[in-house]
Amino acid sequence: MYKILETKQLAKEIKLFVVDAPRVAKACKPGQFIILKINEQGERIPLTIYDYNVGQGTISIIFQEVGKTTRQLGKLKAGDEIQDFVGPLGKPIEVNDSHKRIICVGGGVGVAPVYPKARALKNSGAEVISIIGARSKDLIILEEEMKAVSNELYVCTDDGSYGEHGFVTQVLEKLLPIKTPDLVIAIGPLPMMRACCQATKKFNVPTLVSLNSIMVDGTGMCGSCRVTIGGETKFACVDGPTFDGHLVDFNELMLRQVRFVEEEKVALQRYEKMEGVKENGSCCCKSR
Amino acid sequence: MPTQEPKERIKNFNEVALGYLPVQAIEEAKRCLKCKKPKCIDGCPVGVDIPGFIDVIANGDFQSAIAKIKEKNNLPAICGRVCPQETQCESLCVLGKKQEPVAIGRLERFAADGEKGFAIPEISPNRKKVAVIGSGPAGLTCAADLAKWGYEVTIFESLHDTGGVLRYGIPEFRLPKAIVDKEVDYIKKLGVHIEVNVVVGLTNTIDELKTDGFKAIFIGTGAGLPYFLGIPGENLNGVYSANEFLTRTNLMKAYRFPEYDTPIKVGRKVAVVGAGNVAMDAARCALRLGAEEVFIVYRRSFEEMPARAEEVHHAQEEGIIFKLLTAPTKILGNAQGWVVAMECIQMELGTPDESGRRKPIPIPNSEFTMEVETVISALGQGPNPLLLQATKGLELNKRGNIVVDENLKTSLDGVYAGGDIVTGAATVISAMGAGKKAAEAIHQYLS
Repeated sequence: MYKILETKQLAKEIKLFVVDAPRVAKACKPGQFIILKINEQGERIPLTIYDYNVGQGTISIIFQEVGKTTRQLGKLKAGDEIQDFVGPLGKPIEVNDSHKRIICVGGGVGVAPVYPKARALKNSGAEVISIIGARSKDLIILEEEMKAVSNELYVCTDDGSYGEHGFVTQVLEKLLPIKTPDLVIAIGPLPMMRACCQATKKFNVPTLVSLNSIMVDGTGMCGSCRVTIGGETKFACVDGPTFDGHLVDFNELMLRQVRFVEEEKVALQRYEKMEGVKENGSCCCKSR
Repeated sequence: MPTQEPKERIKNFNEVALGYLPVQAIEEAKRCLKCKKPKCIDGCPVGVDIPGFIDVIANGDFQSAIAKIKEKNNLPAICGRVCPQETQCESLCVLGKKQEPVAIGRLERFAADGEKGFAIPEISPNRKKVAVIGSGPAGLTCAADLAKWGYEVTIFESLHDTGGVLRYGIPEFRLPKAIVDKEVDYIKKLGVHIEVNVVVGLTNTIDELKTDGFKAIFIGTGAGLPYFLGIPGENLNGVYSANEFLTRTNLMKAYRFPEYDTPIKVGRKVAVVGAGNVAMDAARCALRLGAEEVFIVYRRSFEEMPARAEEVHHAQEEGIIFKLLTAPTKILGNAQGWVVAMECIQMELGTPDESGRRKPIPIPNSEFTMEVETVISALGQGPNPLLLQATKGLELNKRGNIVVDENLKTSLDGVYAGGDIVTGAATVISAMGAGKKAAEAIHQYLS
């Protein structure tokens, strides 16, 4: 069992958990992820690591409550326990001093996995320019934190309710010719990452993306997370999750990401019904 | 042995073979000729005293029977269910020359299932720490033997539950998970400590284990890398590796969705490519998950099928359709990326190849298309490279399996390996045999 030590609401439906997992923390490097399973009936879901603290033996995760499992996770409080928590999984991102100026782009909850990479790059002496964005103001997360690890920070919202009005890709397109970065890191929803890669391709700037494919074991055993990278099949869990964005077959990946969409709907509806019953204190037959 | 009726059992995940009643077991045990030089024992990779345990069953002394088996075999309830007895012990039974051999596997299962409580042998601890990586059949066996000799054994398991392939691979209807729980419980009672959710190679390393005071390490990580077909269309939605399909179904209990959260999707028509035990398991799971027609697509013929005879027989009884001498060439999808059909080519058998089996050769212009919505690739598994890549100096062969000497020692001091990670995908019992052998070698190394 893995105890939740602290919880924080970062935005509407976006939460941060600090989890007691000393072994994972000790081995953790930027770019890696964990898989957790809430309870006996739970599914295994991959979540990116936002931060880790070796001294305190903790891992911080950030997640958006979109489906049954993440909603159920969001209900947990400090002191509660998660049954299974395994990691660090995947390959760490390679940070070297050949990168002098980097643009880091985070869309929505994708800002969370961008943060440890931006910090590592900043610490290695690179100039970090960050762009973060979300649908609206109430969904912007980690603004202060990103500011602290960036030389410049641009914030934008799709609806213009905060920062610049527009998508992160629009800001990126404006900055690419001016800043001439030698690397772009873009993490967020698939359409956003694809658009970022299309933009950087025009300027021939190497671009890394992080793929959150559907996984089961996360150790290369099942192949559920397979993606086509430069015409070759790779497993996001062990070969990634970070890949050269210009080689990713985003079209295939977008089709693969909706494989269980009907089942996800069933699970969520069932969960909401059960939660509704719980919150009302009794089920319909008793209240009659 | 009584079984659930095929028509009924394809609607549930309950065990198919129901096991002997005591009178049936005694009757079967009495058939044993008690050979002076029993051949059957030679066929057992862990050397169980087969005539010995059968003799006490014939006398109605069932508890002595299980005690006798457990002198050599730490997982008898599992072996009685999944061992390929027809090519091992039972193939050497003299009765088998003229009639049916003694049903050794079924008797083993009977003895194990009737065990009342665990008889834990007396253990004198020697305070030497040994680490076992992987809690599959090889790891569990190695750990159990070492624990009996007094070692402080810790098993590190990467998944959230124990058993390896016994848990994620073999379905409930062939090996109930309550049986796996019971066997693992016995191993824990021997004093073995099990830590789940530890991926050695990522969470920690072999070097760290040595620093932590483990004097010897056994690697039993199995064959956990799925092979795909290598044909166009295999990333379409509806194409699974058998590993994914079985892990979702068995380990994650997707057959109980939505009570359990992990989903699985099975089309009306399902093609399973391959004809080993894993293929039979996947096909029979697909049927139970609601598929209307399930095909086994295999490029050779019945004779060459690697699956255990009983599994093929059960699959046939359940209505699985065998498309033999057939090889897939392409998977076709619709605009939404879902599988709609599989293109195949007819094969014929030529002269034997290096495996000794007749080589399948495509017949020109024999291509045809089968309509399917799900394709499951059950072509075997390779060694999972995670731990191997993270361990410097560990010698591997061309296929990526660990190289070991005759004592199962690897190129690293104090590090031993056995089971599928050494041999490539094989059987539960051969992995157990390797676990046993490695335990002996580790015992010698540390004494």
